[in-house]
Amino acid sequence: MTDDITAPATTAAAALRIEDLTHSYGPVRALDGLTLTALRGQVTALLGPNGAGKTTAVSCATGLLRAGGGTVEVLGRDPWNAGPEHRARVGVMIQDGGLASGSRAMQLLRYGASLHADPLDVEQVAEHLGIDDFAGTLVRRLSGGQRQRLALALALVGRPELIFLDEPTAGMDPAIRRRVRHLIRSLADTGSAVVLTTHMMDDVVGLADAVCVISGGRTVASGSVQDVITAHREHEGVVSVRAVAHGVDPAAVPALETELRDAAARHGARLEITGAGAADLEAVLLDLMAPQDAADQAGPTR
Amino acid sequence: MSTTSPEQGAASTVPPRSGNPAARRPAPAPAPRRRRILAHAALEARVLLSNGEQLLVAIALPAIVLIGLRLLPIGRLEGAQPIETALAATLGTALISTSFTSQAIQTGFDRRNGVLRWVATTPLGRDGYLAGKILATLLVHVVQVLVLGLLAVALGWRPGLLELFAVVPVWLLGTIAFGSLGLLVAGLLRTEAVLAVSNLVFVVLVAAGGVAFPTSSYPRLLHGLVDLLPSGALGELLRACLAGGDVTGGSIIVLMLWAAGGSLAVARWFRWTSV
Repeated sequence: MTDDITAPATTAAAALRIEDLTHSYGPVRALDGLTLTALRGQVTALLGPNGAGKTTAVSCATGLLRAGGGTVEVLGRDPWNAGPEHRARVGVMIQDGGLASGSRAMQLLRYGASLHADPLDVEQVAEHLGIDDFAGTLVRRLSGGQRQRLALALALVGRPELIFLDEPTAGMDPAIRRRVRHLIRSLADTGSAVVLTTHMMDDVVGLADAVCVISGGRTVASGSVQDVITAHREHEGVVSVRAVAHGVDPAAVPALETELRDAAARHGARLEITGAGAADLEAVLLDLMAPQDAADQAGPTR
Repeated sequence: MSTTSPEQGAASTVPPRSGNPAARRPAPAPAPRRRRILAHAALEARVLLSNGEQLLVAIALPAIVLIGLRLLPIGRLEGAQPIETALAATLGTALISTSFTSQAIQTGFDRRNGVLRWVATTPLGRDGYLAGKILATLLVHVVQVLVLGLLAVALGWRPGLLELFAVVPVWLLGTIAFGSLGLLVAGLLRTEAVLAVSNLVFVVLVAAGGVAFPTSSYPRLLHGLVDLLPSGALGELLRACLAGGDVTGGSIIVLMLWAAGGSLAVARWFRWTSV
């Protein structure tokens, strides 16, 4: 198997490029022309309901599934034909953990590191993610959150350039979740591309530089969180303007809001004062999913 | 839990890839292939040998077979010492328990837990996983042979060097045959079915498949059937090596066919996911 890691990627900043990707499981079409780009130095979130095609897309990008049609390019390579040199550059945290249940936490992390030529310091990773608290515990006795932390550590111990994280903060307590979010952010800030699959809108709003909304195996919206929300509301006749007011006396905020609403009313508009947050994105997602849900309820179409 | 702040921790955990060039590390690369396979073999062997249930199947059960057949007047060959026929049956039992039953169960759970999916995305890859698994099985076999051999010596076995060497190729061929059959069961059936089938097949093959008792002790009508089983061929060859039985070309061919057929079947039908 040949795999030249010094070969330049075909797209300088794009670690992952997917165009018109299709894949079917027998008669069921899981991906139907998906398009997605993940840039280096950014966190890209894949959003969509269960069964939308997120896991299938990640499976194609990590070489677990062969693309039925379209293009999948990971770090400039076709992942299906990539060898160990390529796989060392890609870290994967899969949905169901992928952890050997009969091994112990630290034993498994050391094993994961030993597959790489120059891994991160295992003790540091374990300390940072709190794995040293359950280092000697059998994997099958770990809680869901502990398993998530171990799977995350295994995904990043090889210092990958591209990291796929499936629900990385699910089951974690708030303190660890905060720490993991900082870690994911720092991975992107140091040049890695992070592809995040999650149902947690807090993760997306707090972390993602770009989002890709998938429904029915297709990309139905993409861009920054703000772009996706704005574009969707413009489509509905709603314009979202983000403004930051400096030097406002907190006691004067209600009066300021009233004046702003009055000003909008003079233009025939109704003003909602809100920040772009998880609730907004979740509302947009539900709207975007609605046509697919209706189609699903009408009967099998794939 | 560390008291390091998230920012400090993240910075220390993730070395910079940009900024000060002196702080840069080489691009991520895999460990050498041999090191990857050895790491996986060591992990699998540790898991196998540190699991109470696995130890019961790998060591305790064959030891019971050894003691039982040494003391009871069954499964013997004319002209052979009871300990010799007992040891041949014991080593056959140990080989099937580790290569077939333990591997089927462990691999079946690995498949259900997504381990096979994750491994395929790492520098180890699917071929490295299988190579490490085979090596781990052989390592466990060595431990089994040492423990059971010492027990047999304590029970009166006096081995000759020639017969020990003769056992090695039979052992390897048996490991490939039963290892591939174990993987086939793990790769085709649901985990619950893997548990049931691998344990049931183990008991049937050991008790009635030519392992514990020589083929000659079966009713004449069953001779041909037992001879065609991988367990029958393995049992006959081990008795030929350790208890002065007759080496038959037929047994060698049968075991080779099972090894080749099993390996081809795994390459063709093994499923790496439980979807």
